[in-house]
Amino acid sequence: MIVNEKSDNNIGGASVPVPHCGISGLAPPIDASLRVPLLALFGGAALWLVLGSVLGLMASIKFHAPDFPAHCPWLTYGRVQAAADDALLYGFCIPAGLGVALWLFAQLGQAPLRGAMVPVVAAKLWHLGVLVGLAGILSGNSTGFAWLEFPRAGSVILFFAYLLLALWAMMNFAARRERALYPSHWFLVAALFWFPWIYSTANLFLVAWPVRGVVQAIIGWWFAGNLLFVWLALAGIGTAFYFLPKFSGCPLQSYYLALFAFWTLILFGTWCGIPPGAPVPAWMPVLSSFAAVLTVVPVLAVATIAWQTLCGSINCEPRGGPFCFIRFGLMSFGLSSLMLIAMACPRISRVTEFTWFGPAQTQLQLYGFFAMTMFGAIYYLLPRAVGFELPFPKLARAQFWISTAGVVLLVLPLAIGGVEQGMKLDNFNIAFMDATKAMLPFLRTSTIGLLLILLGNSLFALNLFAMTFVWEKSLVKKAFAVVTAPLEKPSASASLRRDRAEAGGEGGEVKV
Amino acid sequence: MKNGFWIFLAVFVALGGSWCGFVLAPELQLGGAKQTIILNSSDVYPVGRPGEANQGLSVYRANGCAACHTEQVRQTGIACDVTLTDAGKNPEAVTNLISSLALTNLTKEDADKAVDKITAAGAKAEIHIVATGPDIARGWGMRQSVAEDYLYGQPVQLGSLRAGPDLANIGVRAPDANWQLVHLYAPSSVVKGSTMPPFRYLFEVRKAGAMPSPDALQFPKEFASPAGYEVVPKPEAVELAAYLLSLRATVPLYSAPIAP
Repeated sequence: MIVNEKSDNNIGGASVPVPHCGISGLAPPIDASLRVPLLALFGGAALWLVLGSVLGLMASIKFHAPDFPAHCPWLTYGRVQAAADDALLYGFCIPAGLGVALWLFAQLGQAPLRGAMVPVVAAKLWHLGVLVGLAGILSGNSTGFAWLEFPRAGSVILFFAYLLLALWAMMNFAARRERALYPSHWFLVAALFWFPWIYSTANLFLVAWPVRGVVQAIIGWWFAGNLLFVWLALAGIGTAFYFLPKFSGCPLQSYYLALFAFWTLILFGTWCGIPPGAPVPAWMPVLSSFAAVLTVVPVLAVATIAWQTLCGSINCEPRGGPFCFIRFGLMSFGLSSLMLIAMACPRISRVTEFTWFGPAQTQLQLYGFFAMTMFGAIYYLLPRAVGFELPFPKLARAQFWISTAGVVLLVLPLAIGGVEQGMKLDNFNIAFMDATKAMLPFLRTSTIGLLLILLGNSLFALNLFAMTFVWEKSLVKKAFAVVTAPLEKPSASASLRRDRAEAGGEGGEVKV
Repeated sequence: MKNGFWIFLAVFVALGGSWCGFVLAPELQLGGAKQTIILNSSDVYPVGRPGEANQGLSVYRANGCAACHTEQVRQTGIACDVTLTDAGKNPEAVTNLISSLALTNLTKEDADKAVDKITAAGAKAEIHIVATGPDIARGWGMRQSVAEDYLYGQPVQLGSLRAGPDLANIGVRAPDANWQLVHLYAPSSVVKGSTMPPFRYLFEVRKAGAMPSPDALQFPKEFASPAGYEVVPKPEAVELAAYLLSLRATVPLYSAPIAP
């Protein structure tokens, strides 16, 4: 066990040399093998990220002008808001998490991705599923269940695309050269396994063969809790546990605490989600609240690990942009989890239930925690995988501040306003309309937050698409160089071939 | 945890446990639920929605109404109200007695004491059990919502945010179909300061012609449509209004006893 622990720490620790990040367009074979699948996953994800924030902004504008397009059924609030949420979750968060998981498996297992075409196909399929699903919601074919709005056609495509990706990731996990497991492995393997189970359960029992009555709501809460809290926590924390030692230069503190956090998270987190006071038999909300209070244990464990790993830092090398993103993501994880736990306590829930406090918590979890962690991870790994530096590193730094300000301006007004709204709703002497009107300034402030988030997302997408473009341009250049290479000089062509081999066989075959 | 198998097992046990708890067990307990008998009555509850209202539920779902409206009433407790049913032979003494007693929002013991005093004065009184809580005080319902209320919802639209008021009993609060339709077409014409987006795409504005449609909306005076034009609801709007009118959950049940 001790031997194991040592080697575990080494994988994520400082002793592993950071792969060289060449500006020459060459990447080491492990990174290079992931280039195309990652670009396919992240490219589509960036597109949905921007689209989702545009939709969110449109929904928010309704609080300034309820009449804004009143004649267009596609743009009514209920549809646009659902589409915005799903575009962020299914469009960005899940494919980004899967891409990062693929890269981490390859890095930790020291084995290049085999059969890169399969994840590429799966990624395209996934983004097609999101397209079908979003079109379904906007055209009025939503299923009516929160976080499961995609109509049947969309969710079937998503399910099989996920299955394909997860199976491929698991096969590469099984084929790893470095056999010892690192804590990130547990979290990511669990996340890979989690989604098909909960997604198929929810779709079968709510959409395909719907159960009767309030059981639908119970299964809906179970699904949403498991997807939004557990899946995102597994994928996000798993990623953070890989990067924390990289940034601090000190191994993860510690292996056993991480194991403890993992176990308690999947034991308690899975039971969260049923609100106190729900119109269901009393044992369900009681059990769920109990589990939610216990969820404070894994949250504290993760906080301790992050604190000790970062404080044990021995070298103070520049931590840069990715570190800022991941640190902010971890802080948001702690805060959003505490908000979730508070909302499960009957006394607090009496005030916060049915208010904007709930959406504030969800946004902090989805964007503040998960999306920010993914931004950090992608900014770190993409230059290594593609083999080029970020085209606009300054914009990446700017995105951190813009997105941070956006999250604060989105979540803080909604949370404060939600508490005020809840206290007004709890006092029946205050008319409902007054409680709603008191919320409007907060909602209007949050529009600024959404605007900043849109700007931040656009900068992310810009960097990503520019990088894809630079890489494609280099491919064309290489191909052109190969085609125009003089044939009568065998020695030159041989050296070219050797260069190709060193580059990891990228850039097309040289045929003489 | 040294290999993938142990991770898989841990995940399987954890997820399987919660699946059994919050998917399988609720289905076993409630999945076979049938109509129940209303308290102090032989009628069954709930009755299925008529076809038009059922169609309206799918309009409600398609437009994401549940994004802003809940369909669940909470209650924080129950209380007893005492009402006089017979003043007896000495009404003046009883009136004096009653004015000195608190008769609403009592505990069971206090209510019994009050009834004893009134009975001692030669009058008769009854105890009514009522639900309490801000939702009830706002008139959003007479009792909390319970599992029975949702037996025929497909999909069940509980909602989680009250950007607009609760709709569990909107059919009781606003039983006029024209009001519902006008509210959908132009919310602020009937609810001052409403933040609800108007659903004008569910209606058709057309020239009234010689024979105005009998279905045309009747607006409040200051919001009347321009002369010669009328606003006629499309079938979706009529269905949605029928669904809203079908939302009523007021009967006392074993799981939510009230005796108003």
